[in-house]
Amino acid sequence: MSDPRQLTVAEALGEIGDGSLSADEWFDAYAEAPDELGAYLWRAKGAGAVPTGGEHGPLAGTPVAIKDIFCIEDVPTTAGSRILEGYAPPYTATAVERLLAAGARLLGKTNMDEFAMGSSNENSAFGDVRNPWDRGRVPGGSSGGSAAAVAGGLAPCSIGTDTGGSIRQPAALCGVVGMKPTYGSISRSGMIAFASSLDQCGPLTRDVRDAALLLGALGGGDERDTTSIGFPEPIAIPGREDLEGLRVGVPSELGLEAEGIEAGVRDVFERAVALCERLGADVAETSLPNARHGISAYYVLAPAEASANLARYDGVRFGMRVEAESLDEMYELTRSAGFGPEVKRRIMLGTYALSSGFYEAYYGSAQRVRTLIAGDFAAAFGDFDLLVTPTSPTVAFELGARAADPLAMYMSDYCTVPMSLAGLPAISIPAGLAPPDGGGPELPVGLQITGPAFSESLILDAAHAIEGAVGFDHRPKLAEGRR
Amino acid sequence: MIDREQVLHIARLARLRLDDQEVERMAAELSGILEHVEAIGELDLEGVEPTTHVVALENVLRADVPAPSLDRERALAGAPDSASGSFRVPSPQA
Repeated sequence: MSDPRQLTVAEALGEIGDGSLSADEWFDAYAEAPDELGAYLWRAKGAGAVPTGGEHGPLAGTPVAIKDIFCIEDVPTTAGSRILEGYAPPYTATAVERLLAAGARLLGKTNMDEFAMGSSNENSAFGDVRNPWDRGRVPGGSSGGSAAAVAGGLAPCSIGTDTGGSIRQPAALCGVVGMKPTYGSISRSGMIAFASSLDQCGPLTRDVRDAALLLGALGGGDERDTTSIGFPEPIAIPGREDLEGLRVGVPSELGLEAEGIEAGVRDVFERAVALCERLGADVAETSLPNARHGISAYYVLAPAEASANLARYDGVRFGMRVEAESLDEMYELTRSAGFGPEVKRRIMLGTYALSSGFYEAYYGSAQRVRTLIAGDFAAAFGDFDLLVTPTSPTVAFELGARAADPLAMYMSDYCTVPMSLAGLPAISIPAGLAPPDGGGPELPVGLQITGPAFSESLILDAAHAIEGAVGFDHRPKLAEGRR
Repeated sequence: MIDREQVLHIARLARLRLDDQEVERMAAELSGILEHVEAIGELDLEGVEPTTHVVALENVLRADVPAPSLDRERALAGAPDSASGSFRVPSPQA
């Protein structure tokens, strides 16, 4: 028998259907694989660790890795933070409930930047995650453990969260598929909040078809999240092989003119754009004039929302506490000991932006820039069905390379933040390999495909056609060095 | 741009206690980030409506029917300290 870890979810479900693979063999192959990447914070001991619902569901028997930001009843859930060390929630996130109801089996909880704040996974309180393509490099973040697990043969699929690029950027850096759906399509209940007006759950998978499978199971309105409305139509399984009749726009600000774009990324992106034309798309340059202000607006709005959301970590109801004589002192000592440097930085930034006298200048202005950016996308979608950009301006960087410079780290999200601000769906698929600037090994480059709100099925269809034409080898980079 | 006093003021608002080294570093880092953020000052935002929510939603209501919620013992189980069915904290007046 071949290694079941080579299979995509759809392939494995097919083999289970015809009897050549059992669900237990599939699960055990992953559960027994050594985690040399630091991808997991907690691993299930056996398939029965968390009960599943759907024996006959569309994902029946599918092993899934869950980012540690999703609450699962009685399973340790830390969001990568010391302040939640030892916490086991009394309830399960709706997104996880939906996967389990579709038949998924929990493999474990994946490592992440603390409270999803970061682009390299180096902000986890529980250790770095290694990129399976080059273990001296970061997997991206904040869903870095999820991306590394899927790319490194430690899970066939995973779910993560994306606030400004936290699914798409690590997917790009690890050579897997990652999708952030339209804001509101998947419930945020039980998903530990970072920036509530931006946070969305989404899948990380080896190919586009698997992304559609997971997305279909995840979507839906939920009484426990009043911003959730689900998808207007069921997610279609993508099958398209060409882009005939589609108008594809290339926004120059986020394409070849993107700040800090590497030469290798530029080359792969230009080839991907040419490929879209060969597949029959009507390709033209377009403009999102305000997109270059996305990072500025995002790094006001997201920290402001985070400073409010993270007020709940006060040593009273859950997580750790540093004992003190007075209540106020207990709050301060607990929060100072429990939060890491990046989380403190963002709480400080957000508190400043919301403080008396500065609110309008920072928060008010950033909300208006958000309107301008959403307007730019609306105008572009008057002329185009889809937009393509690089996902990340660079390939995976070396561990420690940006750790000392917060602003350099924030620029990792340059191409993904505008879509988040506009609430739009976007997918990252592997488009090829390129060396980093200054030389080094060839590493994955992601192509980002963005569409109007709730155009997930169209995006997935186009991504499927491009994926087929790119021919990227999506088999995992196994820790043992075989593939 | 952000000085030591401002950092200490914000830290107090955010219930964070920073040591001297953290205060220095925070002042420099926040100043650098805010300098970048202030690029949006060049935009004409006069008359532009702020976006608070990206998806058009009406008020979301449900029938006002009582339903079981989290059990008290379960809710208290994750707390660092509890007593008599409540969360226990140090005195606010100490």
